[in-house]
Amino acid sequence: MSALVEVRDLVKHFPLTRGIVLQRRFGEVKAVDGVSFDIERGETLGIVGETGCGKSTTARLIMRLLESTSGSIKYEGRDITRVKGAELKAIRRDMQMIFQDPYSSLNPRKTVGSIISEPFIIHRVESDKAARKLAVQELMETVGLNPEHYNRFPHEFSGGQRQRIGVARALALKPKLLIADEPVSALDVSIQAQVLNLLRDLQRRFGLTVVFIAHDLSVVRHMCDRVAVMYLGKVVELGGGDALYGAPQHPYTGALLAAVPVPDPARHHTERRLLTGDVPSPANPPKACRFHTRCPKAQERCSVEEPLLRVPEGGRTEVACHFPLTEGELAQMGVRSAG
Amino acid sequence: MSSRTLAGTSEPLLRVEDLHVEFHTEDGVVHAVDGITYQVLPGGTLGIVGESGSGKTVSSLTTMGLTRPQGAHISGRILFEGRDLVTLSDAEMRKIRGNDIAMVFQDPLSSLHPFYKVGAQLIEAVRAHNDVSKSTARERAVDLLGLVGIPDPARRIDDYPHEFSGGMRQRAMIAMALANEPKLLIADEPTTALDVTVQAQILALMERLQRELGMAIVIITHDLGVVAELADDIAVMYAGRIVETTSAERLFESPQHPYTWGLLKSIPSLEGSRERELVPIPGSPPSLISRPRGCHFHPRCAYVQPEHKVVDPHLEQVPGEPDHHVACLLSPEERRGLWHALQEGRTPHEAIETVGLQEGGA
Repeated sequence: MSALVEVRDLVKHFPLTRGIVLQRRFGEVKAVDGVSFDIERGETLGIVGETGCGKSTTARLIMRLLESTSGSIKYEGRDITRVKGAELKAIRRDMQMIFQDPYSSLNPRKTVGSIISEPFIIHRVESDKAARKLAVQELMETVGLNPEHYNRFPHEFSGGQRQRIGVARALALKPKLLIADEPVSALDVSIQAQVLNLLRDLQRRFGLTVVFIAHDLSVVRHMCDRVAVMYLGKVVELGGGDALYGAPQHPYTGALLAAVPVPDPARHHTERRLLTGDVPSPANPPKACRFHTRCPKAQERCSVEEPLLRVPEGGRTEVACHFPLTEGELAQMGVRSAG
Repeated sequence: MSSRTLAGTSEPLLRVEDLHVEFHTEDGVVHAVDGITYQVLPGGTLGIVGESGSGKTVSSLTTMGLTRPQGAHISGRILFEGRDLVTLSDAEMRKIRGNDIAMVFQDPLSSLHPFYKVGAQLIEAVRAHNDVSKSTARERAVDLLGLVGIPDPARRIDDYPHEFSGGMRQRAMIAMALANEPKLLIADEPTTALDVTVQAQILALMERLQRELGMAIVIITHDLGVVAELADDIAVMYAGRIVETTSAERLFESPQHPYTWGLLKSIPSLEGSRERELVPIPGSPPSLISRPRGCHFHPRCAYVQPEHKVVDPHLEQVPGEPDHHVACLLSPEERRGLWHALQEGRTPHEAIETVGLQEGGA
């Protein structure tokens, strides 16, 4: 069976304009710049990366919330890159999204019941009012909310409960693909675990395919079967979670993992190698390999020839790098799970 | 390294004693900080860990005298080098704030004034406490930016905050806090708004500066990884109180409070089996206006016993561990057994059976 979603050479450039009436273009932000990957049925694919790497834009392109500049998105083998109207609406039914901020993604003037039943109304399912209410209450129960709170407003719920409302709304139409964009980063630690467990549980129960976007590497490792690491609009490494976390090949993945603070004072090491500088602007990214300006291993070739995503000899992940990390380097960088 | 959070031999730089901070609102009295005691030694680092609404930020703002304008009712003592900050006048407090004690806030963008150049704001910080000329202050400001690792500081000093990246803004905030070589730096979630590689840079910077300048640091965070990296001692706060305090090593090695266990078991790890289930703490933190009777944590605690719902626990020393204090009504043996079972990967439900407790305090 083919992959549920196939993304090929996806590009999204946002124009930068000057002037209010006569807008002149003077550049563009290359938010997503040639990204290809598959989303397999039933898997959880993680997308990690720092601010501005294009992970949320990628998700919004797949959802067709943004129009891509070029490239293609196939859903169940069908090209959906430019579909419109009724066709688009039909596809949207299969794809749902959970957003980061449980405060601004719920309409404060609507009751929880009407928020969760909205997908039913839009897609004309469960048109009978009583049946709809029953379906909504069942959903509320599924995500761990008290169905009696049907008539309450979002402000009467805590952050974690609001995120559950968002999950219930996303599940209403029994989607095949669920895209969760930083679903727990606004929540407190103890509440985070509640929502993560809920998502894992629901995925197992309903056989959902999930795209899980987060900046927290430990959370992504916990949730995902495969992980894509993005940097400045490109996927720099893609592979199974165990392989990628156990023996990362891209220097950027290595640096990300080495930077995560470990909740274990006994393992404290100040001498780990840190990346210097900040992420360059996506409006003017470095040429060839975009990481070469911050890469400890960069050589001349890296600023001339763009590395392609491929599995190097003996490697277990796909990596876009001319000089993948060696085992010795991993140990030196302080990547904890190496070896 | 031993814990010196509650009491110790060496003269502390900061000693907070039985601090209460209340806010009187229309809805009732908010007990934001409810009788906390801790101390920080010169050059030491204390980590205060807790979730939203645990009172960790309010306690530090109170140390800086910044809750007074909000009409906070403050009782207890905050001894800084032997002087009680609670009794100082606003004018006296102003001399200490930004001079002997400085603070770094979470959001570097909203803590810098967008209309003024970074340099102007740094110069202001220098001149607020030192009677120096503008050009001397400017030189100092350039030095400070260099100290915190901003490249080409002589040029970047004339940038506006929006021209700085997030990491650079936080560096600038730290530079501003360091302007008068404070003895104590309070950092409130200094890296929460930053990306992980930048966070690692800022944490390394804070460690280096502490080594070089010998200042004490109070770091407030919800991230157990961050305190593990930085702190000598840790205080865990819940609902306005310290529920457990000890050295960083002890806290991660043999945590005593069920809330601390909950925090440790709710974070996914970078290693170990992916199949390890997270054990979340059920429910959500209580309202600080109407707190639960008895132990404030009891409605969320898996190991609650009938008397825990009426008896209010106090911080007590853990037997055999002079520097380890915990506010929990379970016996030390029960706690040891429970944590041991949790470490073996058992669920709280199974752990209760291994120590022979009654579930749910029935």
